Amino acid sequence: MADTHALQAHGGHAHAEAHEPGHITGWRRYVYSTNHKDIGIMYLVFSIIAGVIGALLSGAMRLELMEPGIQYFHGLAAMVYGLDGDSALDAGKHMYNVFTTAHALIMVFFVVMPATMGGFANYFAPLMIGAPDTAFPRINNIAFWLLPFAFALLILSLFFEGPAGASGFGGGWTVYPPLSTSGHPGPAMDFAILSLHIAGISSILGSINLITTIFNMRAPGMTLHKMPLFAWSVLVTAFLLLLSLPVLAGAITMLLTDRNFGTKFFVPEGGGDPILFQHLFWFFGHPEVYIMILPGFGMISHIISTFSRKPIFGYLAMVYAMVAIGGVGFIVWAHHMYTVGMSLDVQRYFVAATMVIAVPTGVKVFSWIATMWGGSITFRTPMLWAIGFIFLFTVGGVTGVVLANAGADRALHDTYYVVAHFHYVLSLGAVFSIFAGWYYWYPKMFGIMYNEKLANAHFWITFVGVNLIFFPQHFLGLAGMPRRYIDYPDAYALWNMVSSIGYYITFVGLLVFLYTLFEAARKKRPAAANPWGEGATTLEWTLSSPPPFHQFSTLPRISSDANH
Amino acid sequence: MGTLALALLPGAALAQEAGQEVPGHSIPGEIGLQPSVTPIMDSIRAFHDGPLLITIVAIVLLVLALLIVVMVRFNAKSNPTPSKTTHNTLIEVVWTVVPILILVIIAIPSFSVLTDQLTVPDGERKYLGSNIFSFGEVEVPAPELTVKAIGQQWYWDYEYVDDGLMLTSYILPTGDDGKPVGKPNQPRLLAVDYELVVPVDTTVRLQVTADPTGVIHAFAVPSFGVKIDAVPGKLNETWFNARKEGIYYGQCSELCGKDHAFMPIAVRVVSKEQYATWIEAFREGDIDAANATLPPLT
Repeated sequence: MADTHALQAHGGHAHAEAHEPGHITGWRRYVYSTNHKDIGIMYLVFSIIAGVIGALLSGAMRLELMEPGIQYFHGLAAMVYGLDGDSALDAGKHMYNVFTTAHALIMVFFVVMPATMGGFANYFAPLMIGAPDTAFPRINNIAFWLLPFAFALLILSLFFEGPAGASGFGGGWTVYPPLSTSGHPGPAMDFAILSLHIAGISSILGSINLITTIFNMRAPGMTLHKMPLFAWSVLVTAFLLLLSLPVLAGAITMLLTDRNFGTKFFVPEGGGDPILFQHLFWFFGHPEVYIMILPGFGMISHIISTFSRKPIFGYLAMVYAMVAIGGVGFIVWAHHMYTVGMSLDVQRYFVAATMVIAVPTGVKVFSWIATMWGGSITFRTPMLWAIGFIFLFTVGGVTGVVLANAGADRALHDTYYVVAHFHYVLSLGAVFSIFAGWYYWYPKMFGIMYNEKLANAHFWITFVGVNLIFFPQHFLGLAGMPRRYIDYPDAYALWNMVSSIGYYITFVGLLVFLYTLFEAARKKRPAAANPWGEGATTLEWTLSSPPPFHQFSTLPRISSDANH
Repeated sequence: MGTLALALLPGAALAQEAGQEVPGHSIPGEIGLQPSVTPIMDSIRAFHDGPLLITIVAIVLLVLALLIVVMVRFNAKSNPTPSKTTHNTLIEVVWTVVPILILVIIAIPSFSVLTDQLTVPDGERKYLGSNIFSFGEVEVPAPELTVKAIGQQWYWDYEYVDDGLMLTSYILPTGDDGKPVGKPNQPRLLAVDYELVVPVDTTVRLQVTADPTGVIHAFAVPSFGVKIDAVPGKLNETWFNARKEGIYYGQCSELCGKDHAFMPIAVRVVSKEQYATWIEAFREGDIDAANATLPPLT
């Protein structure tokens, strides 16, 4: 497809693009992009937009939960669907479940995964390994563009019928049947299934691209054991995606055929079993949570090392800890199912296997601290997020150890203790690592510096806010408050109020973040190739900020004494 | 006559706010597990509040302390020249082996607590109760009663399996005063019209399922330490033995649709004599006749 603008701009003669920034301009640059950096930025922009939407959904939920009783959702349903009285109340209760579901699906599939594997992985993995681009630039393009379509399908699903007389799918991101089959006869669930399929295809394609790139396109001298930790984290995550997503696809296709083509996979009266779905879902679902955190682990390693001006402690242990977490992550899925009625032996196995994962994870936390030990630490914005991550991820991780014990999980399953646990490792873990990476690589990607005071304010406000939201939820769970509840017995009022106040503080933090983008774009303070000093040792810092449209047309050579 | 006297004495009726030491539901501002009335919940509380909580608090405080030390001792002002240390075999071994040991120490009582939960008593096997490091000290009799809970959208059916008697339990709506209609002294969103009635100090075999054409629910009572999914087409089984009379509440614990938050569980534990009278009245008449033999609930 010839681009006449480029041809005319360069005197109408064709020439090799390798030495000329003759890339296409305008909307085609992005819609037809085969450039890993442009695609990475598109993923990041998409992730931010989806993140704001996901945060508004949870804001509505926290607003409702601030006090006992139902204050807002029946009015919201009345407004959106034009109902009144009792049917507005019923629609409001269902709508709350729809919000819960959409919040999770959006944050998992359209915020965290695109930011880490779509955004940072695409942008920086090729740079770090000295590659000019990814192995399959056109696959990269379609992998990105599938996502806005998948997201649109999910948003559409909110406006189609779910259960009789109500709109949207309200069965949780876990989409368990029979609630997701006979419980939601309308097309909303089918739209949600299609959305998940397309998002899954996007991730699988991206993983194929990243694995091939990392295995085949490392610069001469960069053996796998010299490859930077972020690239390793991307490689492990890509394998997890490749192996787990097809199982999700199978499971949700079985939902689709149960719903539309008369199959009985999960229908007891047809010889099926709803629990089969849970096994299939969690076989994907557990690796999925490691998919969400592993790239974050990689970024944190880089940031801790850079701002301690010290190489990462125990590089090989860090690599193989990630491999172990990824591998063992495939054989622990039923710890999400301790109350379904599995036998004692099965539950004992999953308790033991799940506890094993704490060991490599502990190795990583201690290694990050050991990296800082003896270092010369500067507390720039990325480092604030990284240190916050280490502490808060540890808090989330230890409550995971509590839940791993089926005996204790008996009391805690499906309570707010679980909600607290996974938000600590996700909103205070994965999201902190994403902001850390954002502020670390922002100057590199955009060629401009953000305002450090504003960025630090974003950090501190968010730190206070998210801890206020989620720490009290441990209390609620221990005291017995179930999750996915629009209303609760009055005794749970205090900690729900505290939690909601935390949300409002966090929301201010989000506004500060959005303002930093606006402020930096206006001020346009130029960024150096390496704003962080000698601690930043990976290849991306040898390139300009932003890097040239095409880099490494001459491959760098990695010397034999490079240790990571 | 006795019933009248009981009803006249303020607070002496079986109101769970007064006179019931274990409230059977959360209290405002609660930060921990609910108090226990069964050997299973005794074990869960001992396990969580003991080995688990102590271990996780210690780990979090250790990591916090290390981070603070590192930030104070090794910031750029205090330590302008970074070291190049990237290995220390001893410490790497320590921080791999010590967590393994901690996990093993947790796993030992963990497996015992779990086994107790999943083993229906036979009258001879002893249970851990609060002493989770023992080999079992609490005697628990074999089940004398079987109850089946059937999750429906959005209420519970309870069947007294030995007698073939069914009762249906719906949440009580909330009145304009913010209290359950008909039983204003009971907690909002937990009070039901017909409670599941069981005798004290009796092992109850609890079978749980759901409407075969319905969705998954879950039966839970925190003060019993019981939580088990109600799955269409599957009959799950667990047990409990409550040692104190009173009313104990729980809530549905698997998302089941719009009224997931509005299908609570209320178990009324009565004396063995009261239960005998109650079940007889139920057999002869109906649930209202049976409940009439018990002190009225407010």
